[in-house]
Amino acid sequence: MSVLTAPVVPDAPVTAAPPERRPRHWGRFVLPTYSWLVIAYLVFPIAVMFVYSFNKSVGGVPQVSFSWNGFTTLWYHEWNGAPGLSASFWLSIRLALIATAISTILGTLLAMALVRYRPKQFHGKGVIEQVLFINIAAPEIVMGASLLGLFVTFNIGRGFLTLVLAHVMFCIAYVAVTVRARLAGFDRSLEEASYDLGAGPLTTFRRVTLPMIMPGVLAGALMAFALSIDDFITSNFVSGTSSPFPVLIYASTRVGIPPQVFVFGTVIFSVGIILALSSLVIGRKGT
Amino acid sequence: MVWLALLFIVPLAIMLSLSLKTCNPASGVCYMTWSWGELPHQVSLYHSQFITSLEYAAAATVVDLVVSFPIAYWIAFHGGRKKNFFLMMLLVPFFVSFVIRTLVWEFILSDNGFFMTFLRHAHLISSNFHILGTGYAVIAGLSYNYLPFTALPLYVALERIDRRVLEAAYDLYASRREAFQRVILPLSIPGIFAAFLLTFIPAFGDYVNQQILGGTSSTMIGTVIQNTFLVTGDYAAGSSLSVVLLVISLLGIWLYARVLGSRSIEEYL
Repeated sequence: MSVLTAPVVPDAPVTAAPPERRPRHWGRFVLPTYSWLVIAYLVFPIAVMFVYSFNKSVGGVPQVSFSWNGFTTLWYHEWNGAPGLSASFWLSIRLALIATAISTILGTLLAMALVRYRPKQFHGKGVIEQVLFINIAAPEIVMGASLLGLFVTFNIGRGFLTLVLAHVMFCIAYVAVTVRARLAGFDRSLEEASYDLGAGPLTTFRRVTLPMIMPGVLAGALMAFALSIDDFITSNFVSGTSSPFPVLIYASTRVGIPPQVFVFGTVIFSVGIILALSSLVIGRKGT
Repeated sequence: MVWLALLFIVPLAIMLSLSLKTCNPASGVCYMTWSWGELPHQVSLYHSQFITSLEYAAAATVVDLVVSFPIAYWIAFHGGRKKNFFLMMLLVPFFVSFVIRTLVWEFILSDNGFFMTFLRHAHLISSNFHILGTGYAVIAGLSYNYLPFTALPLYVALERIDRRVLEAAYDLYASRREAFQRVILPLSIPGIFAAFLLTFIPAFGDYVNQQILGGTSSTMIGTVIQNTFLVTGDYAAGSSLSVVLLVISLLGIWLYARVLGSRSIEEYL
């Protein structure tokens, strides 16, 4: 009974409630205003891109110009007018889809191996975890440069194949980390129950394990797709003659940017944001 | 696993071996010298670009930390039901391609763009004020592009703080300021360091912002590496510089693990 042995101070004020907190100016006014300002700052360049996609060009040269020359929807009509732009866009989409598919499968398997096996069963587990981590943390330019070194040393011509190899390489780590987080809370007894009910390993994986980790796998795949489609630094090193979308735009900064670049940017942004918002709304309804 | 080994370890090993070689850029022939001779040679050649990169990346990271801490704090503690919406707003820049985002900053900061024209007409800046082509433009681009990399780890760290600890602080007569200084801030330090590394490392190796927004005076090491590989074809020099870049980055991570325990930064991704 520690209450009894504690020294009793009879004169202590009994009503020593914590002092009144100051009015919540920060939470109510300053911080929200500030936060909206930051969001405005984040959105501002996108608005600029949107505005400039309606900018007329000077002297008939299809290039974006810094100054404002008047409103036109010409670039939306002629969205396919810039040489190579839509081809490189589809190349990026194809590349992202292939890289996502391969890296999702390999990354999921890697994550399962990392979670399931103890260090004794799985030699080099610690090393692989370190490698995964360095893969994520190292500057991208180092990876691009070292991959280029590899392809040059083994005389592999740079093109679509090298792009796929490189993209799968940097996507795997992200997929594995995402799926591993999901697997960490996985209840193994569900699988055992499945085995007890006569299911083989394949059926168990397909009907029990995979549905359970699906949200993690999907999140990993989404991340891989986003990373792959927007990748510039690594792609620039390994792309050779077949340029994905970001590489092509970057190359065009030297010779003059076709206005359709901003049209593509605006359309991709709109599609992405509509998808994200609708998933947000659906998610809220679901819960 | 085999894939990772093939496509990550092997290239790194080759890069290490390339950095041991000396190349003749004209003929593209490299021969092994088995010495680290190229390394100090390149570092002494380009040490000013390394320092510029360190400065720009550090400046951009500090700007990002200062800008994003309050918003991360607000979303974590006062976000309420709209948390997901605000988090998505933080990610909004990612819906536009990285190269296009940087290009748009070139438009914003250009002397002829409507933003700078407006500022000049409003007499907020003098007519001989230029920002495009200076280091400030590079820092502006870097801090815009990498802001989400800072804000999200900070949010995760702040979100994770046990609200009961905060209640306890108030029950123990802490004022709001004391509770912030002595409870929230110390508890978010691992997150702050993680955010620092996750922003600093990519910004350090970045060359897109520098090439599009910066002039020739503000060359960063990423630009040098890109040029040695893709323009001059001096793979040995490029590899040596990459090795140095990698070592500096890993040093930061090692320091993090050393000071703040082995709790990995992965948690904040």
